[in-house]
Amino acid sequence: MSTLAQKKGFGAVLWDYLTTVDHKKIAILYLIAGGFFFLLGGLEAMFIRIQLAVPNNDFVSAGLYNEILTMHGTTMIFLAAMPLIFAFMNAVMPLQIGARDVAFPFLNSLGFWLFFFGGVFLNLSWFLGGAPDAGWTSYASLSIASEGHGIDFYALGLQISGAGTLIGGINFLVTIINMRAPGMTYMRMPMFTWATFVTSALILFAFPALTVGLFLLIFDRMFGSNFFDPAMGGNTIIWEHFFWIFGHPEVYILVLPAFGIFSEIFAIFSRKRLFGYSSMVFATVLIGFLGFMVWAHHMFTTGMGPIANAIFAVATMAIAVPTGIKIFNWLFTMWGGSITFTTPMLWAVAFIPSFVAGGVTGVMLASAAQDYQYHDSYFVVAHFHYVIVGGVVFALFAGAHLYWPKMFGTMLNEFLGKITFVLFFIGFHLTFFIQHFLGLWGMPRRIFTFLPGQGLETANMVSTVGAFFMAAAVIIMLINIVITSVKNEKVGNDPWGDGRTLEWAIPSPPPFYNFKQLPLVRGLDAYWLEKMEGKKGMSPAEPLGDIHMPNNSFIPFVISLGLFVAAFGAMYRAEHSWGIPVLIFGMLITLGSMFVRSVKDDHGYHIHKEDLEDNNDKGVKA
Amino acid sequence: MANQQPNSGNPRVDIEYRRKKSAEEMKHQVITFALMIFLTIVAFVAAGYEGFSGWFIVPFILILAIVQVIFQLYYFMHMSHKGHEAPALFLYSGALVGFITIIAFLTVIWW
Repeated sequence: MSTLAQKKGFGAVLWDYLTTVDHKKIAILYLIAGGFFFLLGGLEAMFIRIQLAVPNNDFVSAGLYNEILTMHGTTMIFLAAMPLIFAFMNAVMPLQIGARDVAFPFLNSLGFWLFFFGGVFLNLSWFLGGAPDAGWTSYASLSIASEGHGIDFYALGLQISGAGTLIGGINFLVTIINMRAPGMTYMRMPMFTWATFVTSALILFAFPALTVGLFLLIFDRMFGSNFFDPAMGGNTIIWEHFFWIFGHPEVYILVLPAFGIFSEIFAIFSRKRLFGYSSMVFATVLIGFLGFMVWAHHMFTTGMGPIANAIFAVATMAIAVPTGIKIFNWLFTMWGGSITFTTPMLWAVAFIPSFVAGGVTGVMLASAAQDYQYHDSYFVVAHFHYVIVGGVVFALFAGAHLYWPKMFGTMLNEFLGKITFVLFFIGFHLTFFIQHFLGLWGMPRRIFTFLPGQGLETANMVSTVGAFFMAAAVIIMLINIVITSVKNEKVGNDPWGDGRTLEWAIPSPPPFYNFKQLPLVRGLDAYWLEKMEGKKGMSPAEPLGDIHMPNNSFIPFVISLGLFVAAFGAMYRAEHSWGIPVLIFGMLITLGSMFVRSVKDDHGYHIHKEDLEDNNDKGVKA
Repeated sequence: MANQQPNSGNPRVDIEYRRKKSAEEMKHQVITFALMIFLTIVAFVAAGYEGFSGWFIVPFILILAIVQVIFQLYYFMHMSHKGHEAPALFLYSGALVGFITIIAFLTVIWW
C-alpha cells in the first residue's frame, strides 16, 4: 500500500468529501444528492397520484396540490435528473478519454456545492411558508401574482443551482477538448463522451437564457421592476420565451447523455462495435443544433400567428430524423450480436419502444393545429413522461447498474436488479399509457381533482396503481444497494467481461490518479481493440513519472454557502430589517472566499514515481 | 496538470521563423489598428451628419461594429492562428443562439 491511502474515521471521511476535488468522489456526491432529490420528487409524485386516485379526493388541498405539483417537476428536472446525469458524466467521462481528472477540479467541486445549496434552498420553502406553486415553468403572469415566498425560493434556488450546472458544463467541454489521451481523436471518443460533449455545449448556450429570465423574475418580485407586468408596460410572454429557449434544450441536455449510456450498453452487451458510429455522432450533434430552433412549440397556443407556428412545427418534426437514425443504429447494433440480457441491457432494450412511443406523441404534438386540441391536457403529461421516464430515468437505472462496479468496486445484485426492472417497466406503462387517453377524454393537466361520472375514475385509478409499482421498484433498488454495500464483494477491472472503452481497463474503483501512465489509444473502443489482440491492458503512451495532483479545498463549499445566506437576505429584504445586512454578509462570505482563492497560491502536490512503482497490485496497467 | 499533457507544445522552437512571423503579425496589427480608428471616425461622422436618416445610420454603424469585432477577434486576439478552431466554433454557435433569440423577440413578441 502506498503511504497516500490510509484508513480513516467517519469525521475524516466527511471532511474528505466536503473538500474533495476528485472527479470520482464528486460523482458520488452528485449520485447521493441527486438520488435524495429523486426520492423526494418521487414522494411528491406519489402524493399527486394518491390525490387523483379517486374523484373529489381531499388527500391534499388545492393550494398544497399546486405546490406539490410544482415541486415535483422542478425537483425531478433540476435536482434529480440533471445531477444524476452529472454523476455519471463525472464518474465515467474522464476515464473514457484517458484523463487523470477534469480540467478544473476546483470548479468541479464548486459546481456541485452550488447545485447542492440551490437545491436545499429550494426545498426549505416547504418549512418557510410554502413552496412555489406556479408549475415548473413558472409562467410570469401566474408567478408574479403568487403570494408568499414560494416563487422567490424557486427563482433564487434555481439561480444558484443553475450557476453550478453552467460551471459543470464548461468544465466538461474544456476537459474533452484538451485532455484526451494520446491517440484519442474526436472520432475515437466513446459515444457517452460525445453525448457529454454535446450536452455540455447545450448547457453552455441554454442556461444563460434561464439565468436572464430568473434575474428578471427576481427583480420583478423582489426589487420592484416590471419586466413581465403588462399593466406597467412589461410583457408576460417574454418569460415564456426565455424559459423555453432554455427549457427545450434542457430536455436534450437530459436525454442525450441517456442516449450515450444506452449506446455504451448496446455495444457492450451485444459484443459488437456500435453500428454506424459516425452517423451516431452526426445525429447527436444535429439533435443538439436543432434543439435550439424549436422552443416555441411549447407556445403554439399563445397566439404567435400561423407563420411562426408553422416554422416551429416543421423544425420540431425535423428532430425525428436524427433521433430515428439513432434508434435504427441501436437496433442494428443488436442485430447479429451475441446478446446477454443483463440488467442494464434489459433497461436498454425496454427503452427503445418506450422512447419511440414518446417520440411519436411528440410528432403529434409538434403539429400546431393538432396541438390546439392536446394543449394543457393529460396527453401532454403522458408524452413528456414517456420521453423523460422512458428515456432519461431508464438510462439512469441502466447506468447505475452498469457503472456501479466502476464507481464503488462492487456489483449490484443482478436478480434484484431484474425485479426492479420488471416492476418499474410495468408500473411505468400502467401509469402513463392510460394518461394519453385521459387527455383525449378531456382531463386537463395540473388539475387537483375531478368529479365523478365523467368517465375518468377507472383510468385515474389504473394510473395510481402503476405509480405504486414504480415506488416498489425504487424501494427494491434501495434494498439492492444496501445489500450490495454490506456484502461489498470486490470485482476486477472489467466486471461485465465485455468492456470496450478505457474505463474498463483500470481497477474498480480506479486509484485517485486514474492512470499511472496515460494510455495509448489506437482506435474506437480502445480497450476492446487491445483485448482482441490478446493483450491484458492498454500500452502506455508515456514513461512512468511524477503525477501532479490538485490539493483538496474547502473554499467551494464556503463560496456556495455565502450565496445560500445571501439568497435569504434578498428574499426577506422587504419585510425584515435584517434582510439587507444578511444579503451583504452572504455576498461578503462568497466574495471573500473567492478573494482568498485568488491570492493564495495553491500549486497542488506530486505523487512521486517511487510511490507509483511499489504498488503494482493497485496500480494501473495503463 | 499542465505539465502532464504529453501533446503540449514542442520545446524546440525555430527562433528565425518566429521572428519573421512576429514581424508580419505586427504589420497586420498596425494596419488593422489604423483601419479601426478610421472606421470609428466614419461611425461618428455618420451619426453626427444631419443629412442621414436614422434608418440609414443605425444599420450602418451596426455593420461597422460587426467589422470592428471581427478585426478585434482575428488580429488582436489571435483567432486567425492555428489551434483556435474549438473556441471559434463555440463563439459562432453562441452568437447564432443569441442572434436567433433577438430575431425571435423582434418578430414574434414585439411586432
